[in-house]
Amino acid sequence: MIEFSNYDILRNLLFATQWTILLSLAAFIGGSSVALTLTALRLTRNKVVHSLIRGYVELFQGTPLLMQMFLCFFGLSMLGYEISAWGAAILSLTFFTSAFLVEIWRGCIDTLPKGQWEASRCLGMSFLQILRYIILPQAIRVAVAPTVGFSVQVIKGTALASVIGFVELTKVGTMLNNATFEPFKVFTLVAIIYFLLCYPLSLYSKVLEKKFNGSR
Amino acid sequence: MALVNLDQVHKYYGDLHVLKGIDLKINKGEVVSVIGRSGSGKSTLLRCMNGLEQYQEGGIVVDGKEVTTEDIQVRQLAMSVGMIFQNFNLFPHMTVGENIMLAPTIVLKKPKYEAERIARAMLEKVGLGEKFDSYPEKLSGGQQQRVAIARALAMNPKVLLCDEITSALDPELVGEVLKVLEQLAKEGMTLILVTHEMNFARDVGNRVVFMHQGKVWEEGDSNTLLSNPQTDELKQFIGAVL
Ligand SMILES: Nc1ncnc2c1ncn2[C@@H]1O[C@H](COP(=O)(O)OP(=O)(O)OP(=O)(O)O)[C@@H](O)[C@H]1O
Ligand SMILES: [Mg+2]
Repeated sequence: MIEFSNYDILRNLLFATQWTILLSLAAFIGGSSVALTLTALRLTRNKVVHSLIRGYVELFQGTPLLMQMFLCFFGLSMLGYEISAWGAAILSLTFFTSAFLVEIWRGCIDTLPKGQWEASRCLGMSFLQILRYIILPQAIRVAVAPTVGFSVQVIKGTALASVIGFVELTKVGTMLNNATFEPFKVFTLVAIIYFLLCYPLSLYSKVLEKKFNGSR
Repeated sequence: MALVNLDQVHKYYGDLHVLKGIDLKINKGEVVSVIGRSGSGKSTLLRCMNGLEQYQEGGIVVDGKEVTTEDIQVRQLAMSVGMIFQNFNLFPHMTVGENIMLAPTIVLKKPKYEAERIARAMLEKVGLGEKFDSYPEKLSGGQQQRVAIARALAMNPKVLLCDEITSALDPELVGEVLKVLEQLAKEGMTLILVTHEMNFARDVGNRVVFMHQGKVWEEGDSNTLLSNPQTDELKQFIGAVL
């Protein structure tokens, strides 16, 4: 058996943290793009589109992320689509992230007074012009704080990718534990690293929220 | 043909029959005050005139354009009809100048210098020339409402719809907004206003339309109608507000 010094443990964990960050970023970018599209579609008055998006949101908010990952990974393989653990993790986290962001962002848009739409319409602006010049600039300011806050959930969600074999922080933690039999030390370190990733984001989200509420 | 024509307009909110066959003709340059109890359908009437609300029967033609809630028609109509709201609805993330310049720039496709020239002229007109670079939140309610008027005027409309535009203001700020309206009336602007300002309706307005239970209950020359109401309902209403 190989000996692991504390330094080795930390080094391995920090290396794995890169993958956690990368996966979080990929999920966040993927999720935001999908959510942005869905949010725009939601604003149209099409009833069918509304129910489809509603179904999407209910589906991915109403089932455990782990099951979604299993389905993406094992399910797609069984259907004959070869998918890597990395691909399955990104795909499922994108679904998960977008399902929550679309709700958060819709909420932000709904907080804007109806009068903003009406005044814009009375000035002859088109739907897209109203979105671009009136609604989005205001909604984005409201949305930043809860969106940053939610990114914490995405980071924590990436830990589940360890179960389908993607090597990130949690997975490496498990591997190191199997090699060193020092679960307390290893998982404390893992937890500290997650905390250091997440806490600044939560804090920043709170600051943003204060700043926004103060400026109204 | 009159500037604004309503022909047997009916409007329902679900089962609620809100407008029950409205006939109304308003000519260019007229100042028409719409009065009536809360819930009588005044706002709804105004909002049907520029396509913010859909009506179910009858017809509305404004400036020769048929009014519907279709996106394209609402946008066409916005070139002829401006609207001012009770709570201003200025765009809070833009300066006063940007608020006024936006629609002339992106809707009328005017070059920026031209839009700015118009915006400054309209601000002067409402007595706020020096507020071009201020943000709305820094202005008093009366000033915000005057900016909203300037913003509507920048589209060069033929008629302005005003829905209780002084009701959200502190009493001492009402006068400055009414003064702007009076000036516009003098210049020949067609105004249709839902208002509780009976003095304004009598002194500046030409015509009063009294709405009751979704109908035009009584209408006529403002002086005559207000000093000599024919129906019990209008008598009661005037008694209540004076
Ligand atoms: N969006 C809506 N959905 C359902 N009912 C509505 C809606 N808007 C107005 N109503 C109803 O229609 C009727 C007329 O409303 P409207 O706002 O036109 O009255 P109003 O004369 O402007 O009253 P107020 O003086 O209070 O502004 C009221 O009974 C009101 O409750
Ligand atoms: Mg009203």
